[in-house]
Amino acid sequence: MGRITLDKVTKKFGDVEVIPPLDLTIDDGEFVVFVGPSGCGKSTLLRLIAGLEDVSGGEIRIDGKPATDLPPAKRGLAMVFQSYALYPHMSVRKNIAFPMKMAGMPEDEQKRRIDNAARALNLTDYLDRRPGQLSGGQRQRVAIGRAIVREPAAFLFDEPLSNLDAALRVGMRMEISELHKKLDTTMIYVTHDQVEAMTMADKIVVLRAGNIEQVGSPLELYRNPRNTFVAGFIGSPKMNLIDGAEAKKHSAETIGVRPEHIDVSASEGTWKGRIGVAEHLGSDTFFHVHDTGLAETLTIRASGEVALRHGDTVFLTPQADKIHRFDAQGLRIA
Amino acid sequence: MATQHSRSAARIMISPAVLLLLAWMIVPLALTIYFSLLRYNLLMPGTERFVGLLNYKLFFNNPAFFTALLNTLLLVGGVLIITVVGGILLAILLDQPMWGQGIVRILVIAPFFVMPTVSALVWKNMFMNPVSGLFAEFSKAVGLQPFDFLTHAPLASIIGIVSWQWLPFATLILLTAIQSLDSEQMEAAEMDGASPLSRFWYITLPHLSRAITVVILIQTIFLLSVFAEILVTTNGGPGNASTNLTYLVYARSLLNFDVGGGSAGGVVAIILANIVAIFLMRMIGKNLDA
Repeated sequence: MGRITLDKVTKKFGDVEVIPPLDLTIDDGEFVVFVGPSGCGKSTLLRLIAGLEDVSGGEIRIDGKPATDLPPAKRGLAMVFQSYALYPHMSVRKNIAFPMKMAGMPEDEQKRRIDNAARALNLTDYLDRRPGQLSGGQRQRVAIGRAIVREPAAFLFDEPLSNLDAALRVGMRMEISELHKKLDTTMIYVTHDQVEAMTMADKIVVLRAGNIEQVGSPLELYRNPRNTFVAGFIGSPKMNLIDGAEAKKHSAETIGVRPEHIDVSASEGTWKGRIGVAEHLGSDTFFHVHDTGLAETLTIRASGEVALRHGDTVFLTPQADKIHRFDAQGLRIA
Repeated sequence: MATQHSRSAARIMISPAVLLLLAWMIVPLALTIYFSLLRYNLLMPGTERFVGLLNYKLFFNNPAFFTALLNTLLLVGGVLIITVVGGILLAILLDQPMWGQGIVRILVIAPFFVMPTVSALVWKNMFMNPVSGLFAEFSKAVGLQPFDFLTHAPLASIIGIVSWQWLPFATLILLTAIQSLDSEQMEAAEMDGASPLSRFWYITLPHLSRAITVVILIQTIFLLSVFAEILVTTNGGPGNASTNLTYLVYARSLLNFDVGGGSAGGVVAIILANIVAIFLMRMIGKNLDA
């Protein structure tokens, strides 16, 4: 159905190698998220899989069949673009029908699929409108509808939610997750937002400069980051990474403690510090703590009810079993 | 321009320009209409008198009138078809990444900078001349009889010359329109399985519709009054074969010295231009709405 294998795939733009040899297997029905900072090659990787870019080396297989030299339309993949890429002069109905029309599908089958997709995506009332008359979320759904009707082997999403406002983004995130449960089709999703990655993925692929830093389930990445990059990238707020003497005590170059794994006390603890900025979210409060004797400002996460103020003195204690240790290369020490 | 105050201030500020333009237009128009109702011949000065619609009657009864009308429409239509189709093809070609793109683009735009009389003379003497022209040389080289373009296909030749002049304009406008096409749309169509031809038909062409409308409207305005090219190549001949309305008005007023008749022709040309404009706006003007 939708098993995608990348075998030593590379990509060069001129002399610049944006993706060094890379191996990856995506199983049928998996929801895989490519995540990484901007410019890490995640979109390029998606476009290589889609066939919109030619690979410079290596092989792409879809369901075991070589697809490296197939044109995009022959790969049986559907893509949802960041700008939605709807056809502005066509009605929603014609937009959704376009891939089927190109495939020469009979009219009544086209109609049946359009109606099904419209019902699933709440677009029935908008079928005769133009994309310009729709809101951002509706356009997004049209773009998804256009992908669904093709019944592809896999869906490719290129930062599909980045043009939506925060509330809508959360809603669409759930809709896409639900769609995945319902269709049970492979989905590859590119984002720079680690929250989207954590909430949606079966498997997260963390990328940096075209290299895969770590592959695993969201909780695996959260619990056992393979290096300091993944440790800092996954989790919000970011993990506190501490170098120097304090790390040496744990016989490591760097230690990492997540803000939620530091206990706060008014009277005693490992580190003594002064509260800086406090960010109140209601359910939680994030404190930035200075003057701990460490080079780094520590971030801690406390419950929303903790009554600490700017300038207060606090004592912090990291939970001993939640300390991550990294060596000089930034790799995890088991 | 939101408040009442700023709106009225804006109106006061632009009124001198508007009034000047209005006078610039109204005075010649009124004079032309006035002359068209007079018997006014430069060979018989001092005998002007009011004759009513006689000049119009004579103009319409002139067999040259319908030939000129048809020629005008053929010229406008022919040049529009050639420049729009050719312009789209050239724009697509120039949009492709290629070596020496900058120079090629300048070369393509160059004809637009050549003044009409000069380009028409170059075509007449260096290309279409049946004795010394380049086309005649080609014909002779392959053993054919040289073709005398301006004698045997005068209108078609003029359409060719005018198209050559206006092709750069169409290409330029359409090229900028093509460059504004969202590349993700093209990629989406590619993923959707559209062949290059269907991508052109379903994505590029609808995207260009507004630019094509602009090209057609602007060119029509100028093509209705083509004159210099005819004057320096065929002089409207042979016979009336390449006479358009503009040239007929010229012939009337300045070759026959009949200012009254020429003015009547001028008024007819104005009315014709407006009829064409109304049809055009009806047909394609809706493309301009956002």
